[in-house]
Amino acid sequence: MITVSAASRTFKGKSGRVEALKDINLTVGDGEFMAVIGRSGCGKSTLLRMIAGLIKPTGGEVSIAGNRVVAPRRDVAMVFQRPALLPWRSVQDNVLLPVEIFRWRRSQHYDRAQQLLEMTGLAGFRKRLPHELSGGMQQRVSLCRALIQNPKVMLMDEPFSALDALTREELAVELQRIHMELGTTIVFVTHSIQEAVLLADRVAVLSARPGQLRQIVKIDIPRPRSFGHNAHLEQVADASAALHQLLLTEVHLPNTPPATRV
Amino acid sequence: MTDIQNGSRLSLVWTNAVLPVLGAVVAVGLWWLLTIVLHIDPFYVPSPPDVVDSFLRTPTYLLSETWITLQRVLIGFGIAAVCGLLIAVVLAASRTVERMAMPLLAAVNAVPKVALAPLLLVWMGFGNSPKIVMVVLVSFFPIVVSTMAGLTSTPADLRELARSLSASWWQTFVKVRLSWALPQVFVGLKVATPLAIIGAVIGEVVNPDHGLGSVIVGSGASSDTPLAFAALVLLAVTGVVLFYFVAVIERGLVPWARAIAS
Repeated sequence: MITVSAASRTFKGKSGRVEALKDINLTVGDGEFMAVIGRSGCGKSTLLRMIAGLIKPTGGEVSIAGNRVVAPRRDVAMVFQRPALLPWRSVQDNVLLPVEIFRWRRSQHYDRAQQLLEMTGLAGFRKRLPHELSGGMQQRVSLCRALIQNPKVMLMDEPFSALDALTREELAVELQRIHMELGTTIVFVTHSIQEAVLLADRVAVLSARPGQLRQIVKIDIPRPRSFGHNAHLEQVADASAALHQLLLTEVHLPNTPPATRV
Repeated sequence: MTDIQNGSRLSLVWTNAVLPVLGAVVAVGLWWLLTIVLHIDPFYVPSPPDVVDSFLRTPTYLLSETWITLQRVLIGFGIAAVCGLLIAVVLAASRTVERMAMPLLAAVNAVPKVALAPLLLVWMGFGNSPKIVMVVLVSFFPIVVSTMAGLTSTPADLRELARSLSASWWQTFVKVRLSWALPQVFVGLKVATPLAIIGAVIGEVVNPDHGLGSVIVGSGASSDTPLAFAALVLLAVTGVVLFYFVAVIERGLVPWARAIAS
Protein backbone atom coordinates (compact mmCIF):
# COMPACT_ATOMS: atom_id res chain seq x y z
CA MET A 1 0.00 0.00 0.00
CA ILE A 2 2.71 2.49 1.00
CA THR A 3 6.16 2.46 -0.57
CA VAL A 4 8.96 4.71 0.60
CA SER A 5 12.01 4.37 -1.63
CA ALA A 6 15.34 6.01 -0.93
CA ALA A 7 13.56 8.96 0.64
CA SER A 8 15.63 11.73 2.14
CA ARG A 9 14.82 15.12 3.49
CA THR A 10 17.16 17.97 4.22
CA PHE A 11 16.07 21.18 5.90
CA LYS A 12 17.79 24.52 5.49
CA GLY A 13 18.11 25.88 8.98
CA LYS A 14 19.54 29.07 10.43
CA SER A 15 22.79 27.34 11.26
CA GLY A 16 23.19 25.39 8.06
CA ARG A 17 21.62 22.37 6.50
CA VAL A 18 20.03 19.67 8.65
CA GLU A 19 19.72 16.22 7.18
CA ALA A 20 16.58 15.01 8.88
CA LEU A 21 16.12 11.77 6.96
CA LYS A 22 18.51 9.78 4.85
CA ASP A 23 17.79 6.99 2.43
CA ILE A 24 14.70 5.47 3.99
CA ASN A 25 13.36 2.34 2.34
CA LEU A 26 10.12 1.01 3.70
CA THR A 27 6.98 -0.72 2.54
CA VAL A 28 3.72 -1.02 4.41
CA GLY A 29 1.27 -3.65 3.27
CA ASP A 30 -2.46 -3.24 2.91
CA GLY A 31 -4.12 -3.45 6.30
CA GLU A 32 -0.81 -3.61 8.12
CA PHE A 33 -0.12 -1.74 11.34
CA MET A 34 3.39 -0.30 11.13
CA ALA A 35 4.86 1.51 14.12
CA VAL A 36 7.74 3.90 13.64
CA ILE A 37 9.79 4.33 16.74
CA GLY A 38 12.84 6.37 17.57
CA ARG A 39 14.17 9.00 19.90
CA SER A 40 13.32 12.67 19.63
CA GLY A 41 14.78 14.31 16.59
CA CYS A 42 15.22 11.13 14.59
CA GLY A 43 12.93 12.33 11.84
CA LYS A 44 9.94 10.09 12.43
CA SER A 45 7.46 12.98 12.22
CA THR A 46 9.20 14.16 9.06
CA LEU A 47 8.81 10.70 7.58
CA LEU A 48 5.12 10.67 8.44
CA ARG A 49 4.57 14.07 6.90
CA MET A 50 6.31 12.94 3.73
CA ILE A 51 3.89 10.04 3.49
CA ALA A 52 1.03 12.45 4.18
CA GLY A 53 2.12 14.75 1.39
CA LEU A 54 2.63 17.70 3.73
CA ILE A 55 6.37 17.78 3.03
CA LYS A 56 8.13 16.83 -0.19
CA PRO A 57 11.16 14.55 -0.02
CA THR A 58 14.38 16.16 -1.21
CA GLY A 59 15.46 12.78 -2.54
CA GLY A 60 13.70 9.56 -3.43
CA GLU A 61 9.96 9.21 -3.48
CA VAL A 62 6.91 8.07 -1.58
CA SER A 63 3.93 6.39 -3.17
CA ILE A 64 0.59 5.18 -1.91
CA ALA A 65 -1.37 2.51 -3.79
CA GLY A 66 1.03 2.88 -6.66
CA ASN A 67 0.57 6.62 -7.04
CA ARG A 68 3.32 9.03 -6.19
CA VAL A 69 2.48 11.31 -3.27
CA VAL A 70 2.67 15.00 -4.22
CA ALA A 71 0.03 16.53 -1.97
CA PRO A 72 -2.30 15.46 0.84
CA ARG A 73 -4.82 12.88 -0.35
CA ARG A 74 -8.40 12.48 0.70
CA ASP A 75 -8.08 8.75 1.30
CA VAL A 76 -5.20 9.35 3.73
CA ALA A 77 -6.23 10.63 7.16
CA MET A 78 -3.90 12.11 9.69
CA VAL A 79 -4.14 12.23 13.47
CA PHE A 80 -1.83 14.67 15.18
CA GLN A 81 -0.26 14.83 18.60
CA ARG A 82 -2.67 17.56 19.59
CA PRO A 83 -6.35 17.06 18.81
CA ALA A 84 -6.53 20.24 16.67
CA LEU A 85 -10.28 20.54 17.15
CA LEU A 86 -11.96 23.77 16.07
CA PRO A 87 -12.90 25.31 19.42
CA TRP A 88 -16.06 26.99 18.16
CA ARG A 89 -17.55 23.83 16.71
CA SER A 90 -19.38 21.10 18.60
CA VAL A 91 -17.92 17.60 18.78
CA GLN A 92 -20.32 16.47 16.06
CA ASP A 93 -19.43 19.35 13.75
CA ASN A 94 -15.76 18.74 14.33
CA VAL A 95 -16.13 15.13 13.30
CA LEU A 96 -18.01 16.24 10.19
CA LEU A 97 -15.36 18.81 9.21
CA PRO A 98 -13.75 16.61 6.51
CA VAL A 99 -17.19 15.96 5.04
CA GLU A 100 -17.74 19.71 4.68
CA ILE A 101 -14.32 20.37 3.21
CA PHE A 102 -14.60 17.52 0.72
CA ARG A 103 -18.07 18.82 -0.14
CA TRP A 104 -19.67 15.47 0.53
CA ARG A 105 -23.32 15.38 1.47
CA ARG A 106 -23.61 15.93 5.17
CA SER A 107 -26.86 13.99 5.43
CA GLN A 108 -25.20 10.87 4.10
CA HIS A 109 -22.41 10.96 6.64
CA TYR A 110 -24.37 12.08 9.64
CA ASP A 111 -25.19 8.51 10.70
CA ARG A 112 -21.61 7.41 10.25
CA ALA A 113 -20.52 10.25 12.53
CA GLN A 114 -22.95 9.10 15.20
CA GLN A 115 -21.71 5.55 14.80
CA LEU A 116 -18.09 6.57 15.22
CA LEU A 117 -18.89 8.67 18.27
CA GLU A 118 -20.72 5.74 19.82
CA MET A 119 -17.85 3.42 19.02
CA THR A 120 -15.46 5.67 20.92
CA GLY A 121 -17.86 6.22 23.81
CA LEU A 122 -18.66 9.83 23.02
CA ALA A 123 -22.31 9.49 22.04
CA GLY A 124 -23.56 11.72 24.85
CA PHE A 125 -21.12 14.51 24.03
CA ARG A 126 -21.89 15.28 20.44
CA LYS A 127 -23.25 18.75 21.09
CA ARG A 128 -20.52 19.77 23.50
CA LEU A 129 -17.72 22.15 22.69
CA PRO A 130 -14.12 20.85 22.76
CA HIS A 131 -13.14 22.81 25.85
CA GLU A 132 -15.73 20.85 27.80
CA LEU A 133 -13.93 17.58 27.13
CA SER A 134 -10.82 16.07 28.65
CA GLY A 135 -7.65 15.62 26.60
CA GLY A 136 -8.35 11.95 26.04
CA MET A 137 -11.87 12.64 24.85
CA GLN A 138 -10.66 15.37 22.50
CA GLN A 139 -8.17 12.96 21.00
CA ARG A 140 -10.97 10.44 20.52
CA VAL A 141 -12.92 13.09 18.62
CA SER A 142 -9.94 13.72 16.38
CA LEU A 143 -9.78 9.95 15.80
CA CYS A 144 -13.43 9.94 14.74
CA ARG A 145 -12.74 12.87 12.47
CA ALA A 146 -9.99 10.88 10.78
CA LEU A 147 -12.18 7.80 10.43
CA ILE A 148 -15.11 9.59 8.86
CA GLN A 149 -13.05 9.99 5.72
CA ASN A 150 -13.12 6.19 5.35
CA PRO A 151 -9.41 6.39 4.81
CA LYS A 152 -7.34 3.70 3.16
CA VAL A 153 -4.41 4.85 5.26
CA MET A 154 -4.25 6.42 8.70
CA LEU A 155 -1.12 8.29 9.71
CA MET A 156 -0.78 8.94 13.40
CA ASP A 157 1.90 11.20 14.83
CA GLU A 158 2.39 10.31 18.50
CA PRO A 159 -1.36 10.71 18.98
CA PHE A 160 -1.37 9.67 22.62
CA SER A 161 1.82 11.27 23.88
CA ALA A 162 0.06 14.35 25.23
CA LEU A 163 -2.12 12.18 27.46
CA ASP A 164 -1.63 10.57 30.85
CA ALA A 165 -0.43 6.99 31.04
CA LEU A 166 -3.78 5.37 31.84
CA THR A 167 -5.61 7.19 29.06
CA ARG A 168 -2.80 6.22 26.70
CA GLU A 169 -3.31 2.55 27.46
CA GLU A 170 -7.06 2.88 27.10
CA LEU A 171 -6.85 4.59 23.74
CA ALA A 172 -4.20 2.18 22.51
CA VAL A 173 -6.50 -0.76 23.21
CA GLU A 174 -9.32 1.11 21.47
CA LEU A 175 -7.14 1.79 18.47
CA GLN A 176 -6.29 -1.89 18.25
CA ARG A 177 -9.98 -2.71 18.23
CA ILE A 178 -10.65 -0.17 15.49
CA HIS A 179 -7.79 -1.53 13.43
CA MET A 180 -9.05 -5.10 13.80
CA GLU A 181 -12.57 -4.00 12.86
CA LEU A 182 -11.80 -1.75 9.91
CA GLY A 183 -8.57 -3.19 8.56
CA THR A 184 -7.18 0.25 7.72
CA THR A 185 -3.47 0.52 6.95
CA ILE A 186 -1.94 2.44 9.84
CA VAL A 187 1.45 4.07 10.26
CA PHE A 188 1.87 4.98 13.91
CA VAL A 189 4.74 7.14 15.10
CA THR A 190 5.57 6.78 18.77
CA HIS A 191 8.38 6.87 21.23
CA SER A 192 6.68 4.34 23.49
CA ILE A 193 7.94 0.80 23.15
CA GLN A 194 4.91 -0.42 25.06
CA GLU A 195 2.50 1.06 22.52
CA ALA A 196 4.50 -0.25 19.60
CA VAL A 197 4.49 -3.78 20.96
CA LEU A 198 0.77 -3.68 21.71
CA LEU A 199 -0.34 -2.31 18.39
CA ALA A 200 2.09 -3.07 15.61
CA ASP A 201 2.59 -5.90 13.15
CA ARG A 202 6.03 -4.53 12.41
CA VAL A 203 8.11 -1.82 14.05
CA ALA A 204 10.52 0.34 12.09
CA VAL A 205 13.32 1.60 14.32
CA LEU A 206 14.89 4.88 13.29
CA SER A 207 18.21 6.19 14.48
CA ALA A 208 18.84 9.87 14.84
CA ARG A 209 20.79 12.58 13.11
CA PRO A 210 20.51 11.84 10.29
CA GLY A 211 17.37 9.75 10.55
CA GLN A 212 18.05 6.36 9.05
CA LEU A 213 16.20 3.09 9.17
CA ARG A 214 18.08 0.94 11.59
CA GLN A 215 15.97 -2.18 11.58
CA ILE A 216 12.45 -3.46 11.17
CA VAL A 217 11.28 -5.74 13.96
CA LYS A 218 8.40 -8.11 13.36
CA ILE A 219 5.94 -8.50 16.22
CA ASP A 220 4.34 -11.92 16.03
CA ILE A 221 2.16 -11.83 19.12
CA PRO A 222 -1.37 -13.03 18.38
CA ARG A 223 -4.23 -10.54 18.49
CA PRO A 224 -6.11 -9.19 20.35
CA ARG A 225 -3.21 -8.10 22.51
CA SER A 226 -3.72 -6.56 25.94
CA PHE A 227 -1.91 -5.23 28.94
CA GLY A 228 -3.59 -7.46 31.47
CA HIS A 229 -3.81 -11.23 31.98
CA ASN A 230 -3.37 -13.62 29.05
CA ALA A 231 -1.18 -10.98 27.53
CA HIS A 232 1.47 -13.32 26.12
CA LEU A 233 3.79 -11.62 28.50
CA GLU A 234 6.86 -13.62 27.51
CA GLN A 235 6.56 -12.66 23.88
CA VAL A 236 5.82 -9.05 24.83
CA ALA A 237 8.94 -9.03 26.99
CA ASP A 238 11.03 -10.45 24.16
CA ALA A 239 9.81 -7.91 21.67
CA SER A 240 10.22 -5.06 24.15
CA ALA A 241 13.74 -6.18 24.97
CA ALA A 242 14.67 -6.30 21.31
CA LEU A 243 13.35 -2.79 20.79
CA HIS A 244 15.06 -1.50 23.92
CA GLN A 245 18.29 -2.94 22.69
CA LEU A 246 17.94 -1.17 19.38
CA LEU A 247 16.88 2.14 20.79
CA LEU A 248 18.99 2.56 23.84
CA THR A 249 22.38 1.34 22.72
CA GLU A 250 24.82 3.40 20.77
CA VAL A 251 25.33 2.38 17.24
CA HIS A 252 27.51 3.50 14.39
CA LEU A 253 25.57 3.44 11.19
CA PRO A 254 27.50 3.76 7.94
CA ASN A 255 27.79 7.31 6.61
CA THR A 256 27.10 8.86 9.98
CA PRO A 257 29.57 11.71 10.59
CA PRO A 258 31.27 11.32 14.00
CA ALA A 259 29.97 14.58 15.43
CA THR A 260 26.35 13.60 14.95
CA ARG A 261 26.38 10.17 16.46
CA VAL A 262 23.82 9.79 19.22
CA MET B 1 -12.04 21.82 31.10
CA THR B 2 -13.79 24.97 32.25
CA ASP B 3 -14.46 25.72 35.86
CA ILE B 4 -17.90 24.92 37.06
CA GLN B 5 -19.64 28.25 37.51
CA ASN B 6 -20.10 28.52 41.19
CA GLY B 7 -22.94 30.31 42.77
CA SER B 8 -26.58 30.76 42.65
CA ARG B 9 -28.37 33.30 40.49
CA LEU B 10 -27.96 35.67 43.42
CA SER B 11 -24.18 35.66 43.39
CA LEU B 12 -24.16 36.10 39.60
CA VAL B 13 -26.44 39.14 39.92
CA TRP B 14 -24.16 40.40 42.68
CA THR B 15 -20.97 40.26 40.65
CA ASN B 16 -22.34 41.36 37.31
CA ALA B 17 -24.87 44.03 38.23
CA VAL B 18 -24.69 45.11 41.85
CA LEU B 19 -20.92 45.46 42.22
CA PRO B 20 -20.42 47.75 39.20
CA VAL B 21 -23.32 49.96 40.28
CA LEU B 22 -21.91 50.01 43.80
CA GLY B 23 -18.55 51.08 42.39
CA ALA B 24 -20.16 53.96 40.52
CA VAL B 25 -22.14 55.02 43.57
CA VAL B 26 -19.00 55.02 45.71
CA ALA B 27 -17.16 57.14 43.12
CA VAL B 28 -19.97 59.66 42.93
CA GLY B 29 -20.13 59.72 46.72
CA LEU B 30 -16.42 60.47 46.97
CA TRP B 31 -16.78 63.25 44.40
CA TRP B 32 -19.63 64.79 46.42
CA LEU B 33 -17.65 64.46 49.63
CA LEU B 34 -14.62 66.19 48.16
CA THR B 35 -16.61 69.14 46.84
CA ILE B 36 -18.10 69.66 50.30
CA VAL B 37 -14.99 69.04 52.38
CA LEU B 38 -12.68 71.11 50.22
CA HIS B 39 -15.29 73.86 49.72
CA ILE B 40 -14.83 73.81 45.97
CA ASP B 41 -16.56 76.59 44.06
CA PRO B 42 -19.19 75.17 41.68
CA PHE B 43 -17.57 77.26 38.98
CA TYR B 44 -14.56 74.95 39.11
CA VAL B 45 -15.97 71.58 40.12
CA PRO B 46 -19.73 71.32 40.59
CA SER B 47 -21.06 68.82 43.10
CA PRO B 48 -23.28 65.95 41.90
CA PRO B 49 -26.53 67.72 42.90
CA ASP B 50 -25.48 70.80 40.85
CA VAL B 51 -24.90 68.61 37.85
CA VAL B 52 -28.23 66.87 38.25
CA ASP B 53 -29.98 70.25 38.58
CA SER B 54 -28.32 71.47 35.42
CA PHE B 55 -29.48 68.35 33.63
CA LEU B 56 -33.02 68.66 34.89
CA ARG B 57 -33.24 72.25 33.68
CA THR B 58 -33.17 71.18 30.04
CA PRO B 59 -33.46 67.39 29.96
CA THR B 60 -35.00 67.00 26.52
CA TYR B 61 -32.47 69.34 24.97
CA LEU B 62 -29.55 67.45 26.50
CA LEU B 63 -30.98 64.07 25.58
CA SER B 64 -31.55 65.13 21.99
CA GLU B 65 -27.98 66.44 21.81
CA THR B 66 -26.81 63.10 23.21
CA TRP B 67 -28.77 61.30 20.54
CA ILE B 68 -27.18 63.45 17.80
CA THR B 69 -23.69 62.61 19.05
CA LEU B 70 -24.64 58.96 19.42
CA GLN B 71 -25.91 58.80 15.84
CA ARG B 72 -22.63 60.17 14.55
CA VAL B 73 -20.71 57.70 16.68
CA LEU B 74 -22.77 54.74 15.54
CA ILE B 75 -22.64 55.58 11.85
CA GLY B 76 -18.93 56.36 11.96
CA PHE B 77 -18.17 53.27 14.02
CA GLY B 78 -20.18 51.11 11.65
CA ILE B 79 -18.27 52.44 8.65
CA ALA B 80 -14.95 52.06 10.48
CA ALA B 81 -15.79 48.49 11.46
CA VAL B 82 -16.79 47.41 7.96
CA CYS B 83 -13.90 49.17 6.21
CA GLY B 84 -11.44 48.15 8.89
CA LEU B 85 -12.43 44.49 8.63
CA LEU B 86 -12.27 44.49 4.84
CA ILE B 87 -8.89 46.23 4.77
CA ALA B 88 -7.57 43.81 7.38
CA VAL B 89 -8.77 40.80 5.39
CA VAL B 90 -7.06 42.08 2.24
CA LEU B 91 -3.84 42.85 4.10
CA ALA B 92 -3.82 39.48 5.84
CA ALA B 93 -4.36 37.72 2.53
CA SER B 94 -1.60 39.32 0.53
CA ARG B 95 1.91 39.93 1.81
CA THR B 96 2.64 42.30 -1.07
CA VAL B 97 -0.34 44.52 -0.41
CA GLU B 98 0.42 44.46 3.29
CA ARG B 99 4.00 45.59 2.82
CA MET B 100 2.86 48.39 0.52
CA ALA B 101 -0.10 49.62 2.52
CA MET B 102 0.96 49.26 6.15
CA PRO B 103 3.38 52.21 6.28
CA LEU B 104 0.70 54.42 4.75
CA LEU B 105 -1.86 53.32 7.28
CA ALA B 106 0.54 53.85 10.14
CA ALA B 107 1.35 57.33 8.83
CA VAL B 108 -2.30 58.30 8.56
CA ASN B 109 -2.87 57.01 12.06
CA ALA B 110 0.09 58.93 13.44
CA VAL B 111 -1.29 62.29 12.37
CA PRO B 112 -3.15 63.79 15.35
CA LYS B 113 -6.76 63.93 14.29
CA VAL B 114 -7.28 67.20 16.11
CA ALA B 115 -4.99 68.72 13.50
CA LEU B 116 -7.20 67.36 10.74
CA ALA B 117 -10.39 68.79 12.19
CA PRO B 118 -10.03 72.32 10.74
CA LEU B 119 -9.25 70.77 7.36
CA LEU B 120 -12.47 68.81 7.58
CA LEU B 121 -14.26 72.11 8.15
CA VAL B 122 -12.77 73.44 4.94
CA TRP B 123 -13.57 70.27 2.96
CA MET B 124 -16.96 69.39 4.32
CA GLY B 125 -18.26 72.40 6.20
CA PHE B 126 -20.62 71.99 9.11
CA GLY B 127 -23.15 69.23 9.60
CA ASN B 128 -22.89 65.55 10.25
CA SER B 129 -20.39 64.49 7.59
CA PRO B 130 -17.17 65.96 8.99
CA LYS B 131 -17.98 64.52 12.43
CA ILE B 132 -18.63 61.08 10.99
CA VAL B 133 -15.42 61.25 8.97
CA MET B 134 -13.56 62.16 12.14
CA VAL B 135 -15.07 59.16 13.95
CA VAL B 136 -13.96 56.85 11.14
CA LEU B 137 -10.43 58.27 11.02
CA VAL B 138 -9.95 57.89 14.72
CA SER B 139 -11.40 54.45 15.22
CA PHE B 140 -10.56 52.37 12.18
CA PHE B 141 -6.85 51.73 12.79
CA PRO B 142 -7.23 49.65 15.99
CA ILE B 143 -9.83 47.57 14.18
CA VAL B 144 -7.47 46.93 11.27
CA VAL B 145 -4.52 46.08 13.47
CA SER B 146 -6.43 43.75 15.79
CA THR B 147 -8.20 41.96 12.97
CA MET B 148 -4.93 41.43 11.16
CA ALA B 149 -3.33 40.10 14.32
CA GLY B 150 -6.22 37.69 14.69
CA LEU B 151 -6.07 36.53 11.10
CA THR B 152 -2.34 35.90 11.15
CA SER B 153 -2.27 34.15 14.50
CA THR B 154 -4.03 30.94 13.50
CA PRO B 155 -2.30 28.15 15.41
CA ALA B 156 0.02 25.92 13.44
CA ASP B 157 -1.86 22.75 14.31
CA LEU B 158 -5.12 24.07 12.86
CA ARG B 159 -3.38 25.24 9.71
CA GLU B 160 -1.73 21.86 9.34
CA LEU B 161 -5.07 20.16 9.87
CA ALA B 162 -6.58 22.19 7.05
CA ARG B 163 -3.65 21.32 4.79
CA SER B 164 -3.90 17.65 5.61
CA LEU B 165 -7.56 17.78 4.58
CA SER B 166 -6.47 19.44 1.32
CA ALA B 167 -8.72 22.42 2.05
CA SER B 168 -8.60 25.29 -0.44
CA TRP B 169 -7.30 28.70 0.62
CA TRP B 170 -10.82 30.04 0.79
CA GLN B 171 -12.09 27.09 2.87
CA THR B 172 -9.21 27.48 5.31
CA PHE B 173 -9.87 31.20 5.52
CA VAL B 174 -13.60 30.98 6.15
CA LYS B 175 -13.76 27.81 8.23
CA VAL B 176 -10.65 28.24 10.32
CA ARG B 177 -8.94 31.62 10.21
CA LEU B 178 -11.96 33.89 10.37
CA SER B 179 -13.53 32.25 13.41
CA TRP B 180 -10.16 32.05 15.12
CA ALA B 181 -9.71 35.79 14.58
CA LEU B 182 -13.06 36.78 16.08
CA PRO B 183 -11.84 37.31 19.67
CA GLN B 184 -9.11 39.60 18.38
CA VAL B 185 -11.61 41.42 16.17
CA PHE B 186 -13.65 42.16 19.26
CA VAL B 187 -10.59 43.45 21.07
CA GLY B 188 -10.17 45.93 18.24
CA LEU B 189 -13.85 46.86 18.34
CA LYS B 190 -13.75 47.41 22.09
CA VAL B 191 -10.67 49.61 21.80
CA ALA B 192 -12.29 51.55 18.96
CA THR B 193 -15.55 52.25 20.80
CA PRO B 194 -14.27 54.95 23.17
CA LEU B 195 -12.11 56.32 20.36
CA ALA B 196 -15.21 56.71 18.24
CA ILE B 197 -16.79 58.86 20.92
CA ILE B 198 -13.60 60.90 21.20
CA GLY B 199 -13.69 61.39 17.44
CA ALA B 200 -17.25 62.66 17.47
CA VAL B 201 -16.54 65.04 20.32
CA ILE B 202 -13.37 66.38 18.65
CA GLY B 203 -15.42 67.02 15.53
CA GLU B 204 -18.11 68.78 17.52
CA VAL B 205 -15.72 70.86 19.61
CA VAL B 206 -13.79 72.13 16.60
CA ASN B 207 -16.86 72.66 14.41
CA PRO B 208 -19.66 73.17 16.90
CA ASP B 209 -23.20 72.89 15.66
CA HIS B 210 -25.07 70.18 17.53
CA GLY B 211 -24.15 67.36 19.83
CA LEU B 212 -22.61 67.10 23.26
CA GLY B 213 -19.26 68.49 22.15
CA SER B 214 -20.99 71.65 21.01
CA VAL B 215 -22.82 71.81 24.35
CA ILE B 216 -19.50 71.71 26.17
CA VAL B 217 -18.08 74.49 23.97
CA GLY B 218 -21.22 76.54 24.48
CA SER B 219 -21.18 76.05 28.22
CA GLY B 220 -17.59 77.27 28.28
CA ALA B 221 -18.68 80.43 26.51
CA SER B 222 -21.37 81.03 29.13
CA SER B 223 -19.21 79.81 32.07
CA ASP B 224 -21.82 77.19 32.87
CA THR B 225 -19.57 74.52 34.41
CA PRO B 226 -22.41 72.33 35.73
CA LEU B 227 -23.78 72.12 32.20
CA ALA B 228 -20.38 71.08 30.90
CA PHE B 229 -20.19 68.41 33.58
CA ALA B 230 -23.68 67.23 32.73
CA ALA B 231 -22.60 66.83 29.13
CA LEU B 232 -19.46 64.98 30.24
CA VAL B 233 -21.49 62.61 32.39
CA LEU B 234 -23.78 61.90 29.43
CA LEU B 235 -20.76 61.23 27.24
CA ALA B 236 -19.32 58.88 29.83
CA VAL B 237 -22.59 56.99 30.15
CA THR B 238 -22.84 56.70 26.36
CA GLY B 239 -19.31 55.34 26.24
CA VAL B 240 -19.94 52.76 28.92
CA VAL B 241 -23.20 51.61 27.37
CA LEU B 242 -21.61 51.20 23.93
CA PHE B 243 -18.62 49.33 25.33
CA TYR B 244 -20.76 46.86 27.21
CA PHE B 245 -23.02 46.50 24.20
CA VAL B 246 -20.03 45.32 22.16
CA ALA B 247 -18.92 43.11 25.05
CA VAL B 248 -22.34 41.44 25.20
CA ILE B 249 -22.29 40.75 21.46
CA GLU B 250 -18.85 39.27 21.93
CA ARG B 251 -20.12 36.95 24.65
CA GLY B 252 -22.83 35.80 22.31
CA LEU B 253 -20.68 35.28 19.23
CA VAL B 254 -17.52 33.87 20.76
CA PRO B 255 -18.48 31.99 23.92
CA TRP B 256 -15.54 29.68 23.41
CA ALA B 257 -12.81 32.31 23.66
CA ARG B 258 -12.97 32.76 27.42
CA ALA B 259 -13.08 29.02 27.87
CA ILE B 260 -9.86 28.46 26.00
CA ALA B 261 -8.13 31.26 27.81
CA SER B 262 -9.08 29.79 31.15
